[in-house]
Amino acid sequence: MTLTAGCDVGSLTAKAVIMRDGRIIGAQVVKSRAKPEISAKEAMAGALTAARVALEDVAACVGTGYGREKIPFVKEVVSEIACHAKGAKWLVSSARTVIDIGGQDCKAMRIDEHGEVIKFITNDKCASGTGRFLDVMARVLGISVDELGRLSAGAKQPVTLASTCTVWAQADVIKYLNSGIAVADIGAGINIAMANRVAILANSVKAEHDVCMTGGVAKNNGVVQTLAQLLGRRITVPRKADPQLAGAIGAAIIAGQL
Amino acid sequence: MFFVGCDVGSLTAKVVIMDEERIVAWELQQVGTSPGDAAEAVLAAALSKAGLARNQIDCGVGTGYGKAWIPFVQRTESEITCHAKGVRWQIPLARTVIDIGGQDAKAVRLDADGKVVRYIYNDKCASGTGRFLEVMAEAMEVNLADMGTLGCKSTCKIPISNQCVIFAETEVVSLINEGREIPDIINGLHHALAGRVASLARSIGVEQTVVMSGGVAKNQGVFQALAERLDLPMQAVEAFDPQLSGAVGAALLAKNNYELGITN
Repeated sequence: MTLTAGCDVGSLTAKAVIMRDGRIIGAQVVKSRAKPEISAKEAMAGALTAARVALEDVAACVGTGYGREKIPFVKEVVSEIACHAKGAKWLVSSARTVIDIGGQDCKAMRIDEHGEVIKFITNDKCASGTGRFLDVMARVLGISVDELGRLSAGAKQPVTLASTCTVWAQADVIKYLNSGIAVADIGAGINIAMANRVAILANSVKAEHDVCMTGGVAKNNGVVQTLAQLLGRRITVPRKADPQLAGAIGAAIIAGQL
Repeated sequence: MFFVGCDVGSLTAKVVIMDEERIVAWELQQVGTSPGDAAEAVLAAALSKAGLARNQIDCGVGTGYGKAWIPFVQRTESEITCHAKGVRWQIPLARTVIDIGGQDAKAVRLDADGKVVRYIYNDKCASGTGRFLEVMAEAMEVNLADMGTLGCKSTCKIPISNQCVIFAETEVVSLINEGREIPDIINGLHHALAGRVASLARSIGVEQTVVMSGGVAKNQGVFQALAERLDLPMQAVEAFDPQLSGAVGAALLAKNNYELGITN
């Protein structure tokens, strides 16, 4: 009946998960504040409330993510890659390839049957292929990222975005908008561009069955479907819990093994 | 005899009219939706400045991203060739030309005779082009043209850790929120851009004399930062606006073509 916790402080959101006997009993996602320690505390407080337990009841907590060194209440910090791999394995037990697209990064990894990382690649240098790319484009179109994801379904002739760079692609999108092209076709083109970029990362780790997608962008169906076509493989999006929680779940699982 | 060089880039169209020796008139304008119209507009403006009629132009060369749409030139040449030619006309000892434009950056290495030996080009990533500064100027609500002067007032350089324009913009906004001085942020940005372009240039080997051209060469802060990053003295094009080097080179090539009898 041990309680463990995981806290994943990312650049845009902080997540906390409380687990008991391999099950999630409380979770919380909050927007990141200027200070990672405050984001961590907020997320953890929310998760503890949801689980109706106190921090003292938690046997061990592991921290991960961009702000992991600043989390005050953790026993240990573990790399994002290790936590995401464990979390994805818990979310989709057959997963051998994990593609995680966060707000400001993208990771692709191949894992073994125990959720140990075999090979991985990360992009956190370039906004293209990260959630930020979609944020920028959604803002140009004046819609939410969720709406942008749904545009692919209604597209007739998706536009081509020739540039990988978010800045140049943004200029292209504005040009398309001004020339009166249907928003659905522009949106679909954006989702294709995004998927193209992510596919390069996924291919470089040699994606294998089953491919699982985590992170906030996993909720964007347009990107997921296009990426599946590009990779020629089905992509499983976790249903067991919010795919954004993968890192925090992995951290809570690792906390149980300490 | 009059010769015209026209450089239609993605943002601006430039035209230079030369006689056998000097620049007679030039014009620079924003490109709207049509590169062909932009070329016509700059030519018309330059002709009127020079007091010339169109049929007095003996030969023309076009260059730049929109060169295929320039209606009044007989030949087109690569930007690399034109930039090198234009820079060498003023600085005959130039062996390396580093050009930072609004949407690209290039480095060209020349031999003693001015022949292009190697070159490299970045137009894939906005970081390392003039656009980097443009986005940051907007984020800081500073005039792009004032960046150079402001940056030179800095007493400490704030390192900018993100290379990507999108991520660096967020970083700049947080630096402002932390209360850091605008000149110090700008100084950091100048060094960030210079660092990026210096590695581009180093990848083809940098030889003296190094000359900087392109619109960003007007920014004193970037100019100094680039010289510092390369650890070499640099020269600036002074005889004409550094944004014109491609058009000047094109006009000089038009003169060559005319002398060789290539007029169609």
